[in-house]
Amino acid sequence: MTKPLLSLSNLSVSYGKVEAVRGVSLEVFAGEIVTVIGANGAGKSTLLNAAMGILPAVGEQTFDGASIGRLEVEDRVAAGLSLVSERRELFSSMSVEDNLRLGAVRFSEREAQARMAGVFDRFPRLKERRRQEAGTMSGGERQMLAMGRALMAGPKVLMLDEPSLGLAPRIVADIFTIIEDLRKSGVAILLVEQNARAALNAADRAYVMELGEITMSGKAADLANDPQIERSYLGLH
Amino acid sequence: MDLTILLFLVQDGVTNGAIYALLGFALVLVFAVTRIIFIPQGEFVAYGALTYAMLQAGHVPGTAYLLPIFALIALLFDLYAERSRITGGFLIRQGIEKIVVPLALLFAARELAGVSTIASLVLTVAIVSALGPHLYRIAFQPLADRSVLVLLIAAVGTHLALTGLGLVFFGAEGLRADALTDFSVDLGPLPVSGQNIAVYAATLLLIAGLYWFFERTVQGKALRATAVNRLGARLVGIRTKGTGKVALALAAGIGAVSGVLLAPMTTIYYDTGFVIGLKGFVAAIIGGLASYPLTAAAAITVGLIESFSSFFASDYKEVIVFTLLIPVLLVRSFTGKHTEDED
Repeated sequence: MTKPLLSLSNLSVSYGKVEAVRGVSLEVFAGEIVTVIGANGAGKSTLLNAAMGILPAVGEQTFDGASIGRLEVEDRVAAGLSLVSERRELFSSMSVEDNLRLGAVRFSEREAQARMAGVFDRFPRLKERRRQEAGTMSGGERQMLAMGRALMAGPKVLMLDEPSLGLAPRIVADIFTIIEDLRKSGVAILLVEQNARAALNAADRAYVMELGEITMSGKAADLANDPQIERSYLGLH
Repeated sequence: MDLTILLFLVQDGVTNGAIYALLGFALVLVFAVTRIIFIPQGEFVAYGALTYAMLQAGHVPGTAYLLPIFALIALLFDLYAERSRITGGFLIRQGIEKIVVPLALLFAARELAGVSTIASLVLTVAIVSALGPHLYRIAFQPLADRSVLVLLIAAVGTHLALTGLGLVFFGAEGLRADALTDFSVDLGPLPVSGQNIAVYAATLLLIAGLYWFFERTVQGKALRATAVNRLGARLVGIRTKGTGKVALALAAGIGAVSGVLLAPMTTIYYDTGFVIGLKGFVAAIIGGLASYPLTAAAAITVGLIESFSSFFASDYKEVIVFTLLIPVLLVRSFTGKHTEDED
């Protein structure tokens, strides 16, 4: 059996006395789209931030066979793990091109230009706006830029925190198409979403998080048909 | 007042203004990257001037001994912080940065003191700019994520500590260095010395150099990105702890150059840096701690106002310069453009 690329086991994260994530175990294998769904405040973003090394966590974290629990954010990026955070965290007063260039800050100018051409192929919109300041772009464009910037680092696992948040339905559909394309190009995706229906449609496997704990997990298609999930997260349609 | 006096006052003002501009740039740079309002910048100037004057006179400057001490403390900090993940590569890098380089500079200072102007100049810039990163490691890195106010308090503390160390390592006596060159030309009634030209040239070169660094190089863009969005910078893999050290090395280097330029023009004491630094600070504040060209213009204005007020009301010259801040701060508080930047 193949080993998971990213594996979190028995992970807990606390804000002071409050445990926002309790004993969560989760795995992402190569070529997979894995989603974590759950209500607002269930601890999904906290989980991703801990996996990225932004928040201190207790528990085992391995990536590509090596323990990453003690690595700083910067070293996790170098190892092949990237996070597109819910707030995008762009360099708003800098151009689209500069944002992308910095995504490949560790690489030579030549390598970065080659990668940028790849990102522009995937997001033609960014190519049109290459000289525009990131802060002046629309929400959808900023999400694309944040994803493009993360791809510049050449991640093996890309973690996306609420990529559809605040975007128009048509753009949400675009974003999910891009996520599918990314998986085809060999990037594994860990997707956190409140838009459970879209997330379960796109994903291979899913975890359900409630009050900091994983309460259900399984194939995304099975969870999408689970009556309890349907009631709690998918609405009665 | 006749034309000759007017020209002299203008020349004096522009020359001093150019030096304030250098200080202002360093303050803007450090604030942009680290959010520290860097009060001790003046100490780098005093250290630069005194180091240069002592080397030129054939003595080993106190900073050459201070550097290995700072480096050793920074080394202990790093060894403690990284105690659970120390590797061979880490030890080699640390050893080179914090033991070999400082001792090599001390050795060079002992060997090359008094040999030539160029050697003194290069050594001064090397020693003083090497102090910057260690100072950041000791005083600011542990507080890097704290508020601007906490960082300001740390900066004031650092200023007081460096002034005290200046007294210990250089003594209470003032020093003055020989001019960089005896070259001089007459522009009409006005003699322009090589020293003046060196000041203008250094300022223009630094403006061009900083522009090139921040707009054209990936390292410079990474520093700007860290200033704009620290978390975003970490998420793309920029080592934000390193950027603070780079910023302080640059600031200390700029301070050292200002000191070298200033040392032949006035007598510098261990505590002279503060007032000079404050004038650079006025310029940087007028520039909103963000704009290099605005800071340069403001610095020249400060220099001119200072030189004219020292002619008309010399007792009040500092009062007049610092009073300038009040209307500027008033206007800024109404136009209210903040440097905090969020997505």
